[in-house]
Amino acid sequence: NARRWNCPELPDFSLLKRLARDRLIYLLEQLPGKKDLFIEADLMSSLDRIANVSTLKQHEVDKLYKVEYRPVVSTSDQLCFLIRPRIQTVKWICGESINVANADKAVGRLRKYHIIFTPQKFFACEAVLEEQGIFGDVTTDEWSFYLLPLDDDVISLELPEFFRDNFLAGDQRWVRTAGSALHLLHTLYGPFSKVYGIGRFSKMAYESWREQVEEGEQRARQAEIGTVFLIDRDVDYVTPLCSQVVYEGLVDDIFRIKCGCVEFGTEVTSDKSLKVMLNSQDKVFNEIRNEHFSNVFGLLSQKARNLQTAYDKRRGMDIKQMKTFVSDELKGLKQEHRLLSLHISASESIMKKKTQQDFQELLKTEHSLLEGFEIRESICFLEEHIIRQVNMMESLRLLCLLSITENGLLPKDYRSLKAHFLQSYGAEHLLTFSNLRQLGLLVEQPAGETLTVMESRVGKLVNDKTAGKLTGAFSSLAKKSNFRALSRKLNLVPKSDEEYDLRVPRDMAYIFSGAYVPLSCKLVEQVLERDGWTGLEEVTKLLNGQEFAVTGSIGADSSTKSDAQRIVIVVFLGGCTFSEISALRFLGREKGYKFIVVTTAITNSSRLIESLLGNIA
Amino acid sequence: MMKSKADEEDYWNSSKFKAFTFDDEDDEFSTLKESKRTVNSIRCLVEEDDDKEEVEKVSWNGEPVSSNSWSVSETAASNQRAEREPAFPKINTVTISKSHSGYSLSSLFKGETDGKVSLTGSSVLMMSSCCDQDYVSDWSPEETVHRMQQGKVVSLEKFRSLQDKLLLLDSCVAAHDGNVITAVLIYLKRTLSKEVLFRELEPRQTALSHLIHYLTETRDQRLLLELYTCLTCFCFQLLQYKEHLSIADENKRRDFLKSCLSLPFSPEDSSHVQDHYTLMERQVIIETTDRRAERGEKVERALILNMPLITTLSYCCLYHYSESEGTFSSPLNIRQTFKISEKQFFVTALGARAKLKAWSDVDALFTSRNWLGFTRKKSPLGFQRVVDILQKNSAPTQVLQDYVALVDDAELRITLAQKHKCHDIVINTYRDLKDRQQLLGYRGKVERGSGEERKIDELLNNLVRRGHHVTCHHVTCHHVTCLM
Repeated sequence: NARRWNCPELPDFSLLKRLARDRLIYLLEQLPGKKDLFIEADLMSSLDRIANVSTLKQHEVDKLYKVEYRPVVSTSDQLCFLIRPRIQTVKWICGESINVANADKAVGRLRKYHIIFTPQKFFACEAVLEEQGIFGDVTTDEWSFYLLPLDDDVISLELPEFFRDNFLAGDQRWVRTAGSALHLLHTLYGPFSKVYGIGRFSKMAYESWREQVEEGEQRARQAEIGTVFLIDRDVDYVTPLCSQVVYEGLVDDIFRIKCGCVEFGTEVTSDKSLKVMLNSQDKVFNEIRNEHFSNVFGLLSQKARNLQTAYDKRRGMDIKQMKTFVSDELKGLKQEHRLLSLHISASESIMKKKTQQDFQELLKTEHSLLEGFEIRESICFLEEHIIRQVNMMESLRLLCLLSITENGLLPKDYRSLKAHFLQSYGAEHLLTFSNLRQLGLLVEQPAGETLTVMESRVGKLVNDKTAGKLTGAFSSLAKKSNFRALSRKLNLVPKSDEEYDLRVPRDMAYIFSGAYVPLSCKLVEQVLERDGWTGLEEVTKLLNGQEFAVTGSIGADSSTKSDAQRIVIVVFLGGCTFSEISALRFLGREKGYKFIVVTTAITNSSRLIESLLGNIA
Repeated sequence: MMKSKADEEDYWNSSKFKAFTFDDEDDEFSTLKESKRTVNSIRCLVEEDDDKEEVEKVSWNGEPVSSNSWSVSETAASNQRAEREPAFPKINTVTISKSHSGYSLSSLFKGETDGKVSLTGSSVLMMSSCCDQDYVSDWSPEETVHRMQQGKVVSLEKFRSLQDKLLLLDSCVAAHDGNVITAVLIYLKRTLSKEVLFRELEPRQTALSHLIHYLTETRDQRLLLELYTCLTCFCFQLLQYKEHLSIADENKRRDFLKSCLSLPFSPEDSSHVQDHYTLMERQVIIETTDRRAERGEKVERALILNMPLITTLSYCCLYHYSESEGTFSSPLNIRQTFKISEKQFFVTALGARAKLKAWSDVDALFTSRNWLGFTRKKSPLGFQRVVDILQKNSAPTQVLQDYVALVDDAELRITLAQKHKCHDIVINTYRDLKDRQQLLGYRGKVERGSGEERKIDELLNNLVRRGHHVTCHHVTCHHVTCLM
């Protein structure tokens, strides 16, 4: 059995945190004396993982504020802003600094303003300072904090805007950031010897990394990580659009995990809401996080029984044994007890939501779409879902799934569903539809192209030159998904008549109840197995090309590096879901790899779609 | 989308480099070598965009210390190998020999000025050795971009001719660094007239996207609109329409929407925008009238301004249900004006009337001929959903059971009836199915000594009296349900 593979040890990523902290301290020390620190709201959780308040206080940070775009009320002589390089934030700082400076002038006082951009400065932000006439008065710096380890095997850039900026706006400002992040990993844990990738931005990020390798210095070291796989989110939109049914994914879908931390509300905790870190340190969570939900109750009750047994050991102990028990085990048991009850309540709460009629029907529709079965019924269901004004995000999610799996909607269906949608959820979603079309997530089949459905059913690959020309320059970003053909080529949708035992998963499809193997992870599997893209030509053609495989002569020569070769970084540009992480963990166990997921952010269907809504001014 | 070689050539000449040709380049630039490199790097971008399938090999020096050479191979169906340069540009092997005093963690960080002295030195060395330039400060477009990426000081002022500017722009697009692309665009925006800038950007999609995004972020609405009017390839009208979202005052918003009606939308979108305007106009009228009328009322009504059409319809079904078709707030008038589908109207009216517990209105929705033309108890919506909607509006059992009874599928009917405690329906269905077993089981679920219990007992007795023949029938029935 393949499971007998000896899995290599993971590198120690806490080094990344130490580096980030040291660098932050260095930056703070550049501003001697007391200072007030203003922190961008979405940086707070990341900062929490790096440095606590007392570390900041040690370096003379007096008061901490959240950036809220409101007038500054600080009395400090030094104001330091720790922000993302966003024009809006810089404009606010400019306005504030000018206001404050004018007020200060009256009383003859001079305050210092300092901006620390993370992970890097942008010229456009400095241009704002220049335009406002305060370039130089306000000093700037960079906190090159690229990578936040969320867990032993998950590292995030915490840049959710990467997705919208790159894929929707076509702004490549984060490409170099991704390259730099890769460079940092390469320097600390490399040298990498194999790099595979697919997607436009993967190629660019690879290029940027390669250039930085050339520019920088490198010491010779034993590689801890040998292989890298880069993938663009738009290679596979189906996977993040599916409802998650693996425990960690479900928790994310329902409660939203933020920076490795979840806040359970009163429906779980029964008294007041509670913030909980979810990672491998939580022994209970670690055992259920990758399990299909149907399996979680069984595992939890098993654990409860074990715990009971452990507590019961006390009976018949003498004083001395009891003493050892209390000092060695009791604390751990109590901790486990607390965690166990927490996850049991969370599961109950999930169960309550899951058993609602709507959820079952949604899942059923979703599976039909993946299978390409009973499409008419699914469209009817979707229409009723929309006219009843139920959950808009679900409506959009299913619309997108329908469009991708069917290579676009028939014009008649598209128009009718769009009209219903605008009536039910607001006419301004005209803009949402335009965004979704631009990304190819929700499109109308061009008139006269209705044959494609037939063609893809027959399995014929179409090289659609004319359609490409028609759709024009902007929609060239949007491409056909060819989902059916891909699904057939890669066997993504197992036959539905076969029994699938979710307790003993036989492939990665278990993360979607056996209904679908995530395309993204399947590509990783195939490329590693084949040591490149050879033999996958038809697949990459359906995925619009942009694949690459690079081999360095380093890794190939010595056999001592084989361990490093089996440690694989999978970089998701544009976000990855917890379900994909679970699938990769499964794949790793099966094939003897250890996967480290590096992602621009953790995503799921709601986050993905929210970032594309057009109804925000 | 896959493109053939011919297509690519097409694209190359016509769109990307309309403004100038590389053939004349030699006369205008000091070093041929230089421009060739630029061209090559641009070329690789173009080809990446067009997903070429070719096998390429190149080596580069990635490890100054160990000097390992790597090979790059692009695998895919290998077609022509052409004479073009590799997609990953060849870099001259310059061994940077330097005595660095040990490995310091802080040197990992880019853009750090203090620990950077040696690095600056080395890159100067690298540049001066790979290009024969008299003045180190006279950076080529490529080198300028490179320095900008590293956060070093550069001057863009020397890029004065249009061609210089465009070469600079194309170089940073080829470097895939959005930060630098935007920086160069800010410079171009300052030094070129709008007409020229827009004209040159039109065939440069990547750069154009960056400018649009930059203008959006700086909220330079005026220039954005000017840009959109210049572009022929892009639907600026949606962006203009988007402006309404930032107008808070309802009258101004409505008037703005009105001004959008003349924009060149597609016929489909045009009717959506028209509807949006009409709706807003209605909402303002209804809101004003109702606020005035409401003063005497105790219950505060929900606001409908800026709400979706269906929410507005629902509001009108709640408060203006029986108004004649002539008024703006009459549900029928709204239905007519916005061509609301029969099913949609039905669902909304049903929900609203149920919320008010106006059961006779609910009933009328299914029966009244002159309303929707239905014969008795027919619904454009499955009765299962009807029950769902009624139940969500806390309809009493007596009301629910009328509709549960109309669910076609027997099994579904029983499930719903059990869920909503419509005992009669459960019992009758089991009776019709002649399912003795289930009836017996259900007896335990109804209240002791209730009418339901008596009814079950009666039925059970009847079934027993009929005897053997019936049992056979019962088996067949079961069989049938199993098959379903």
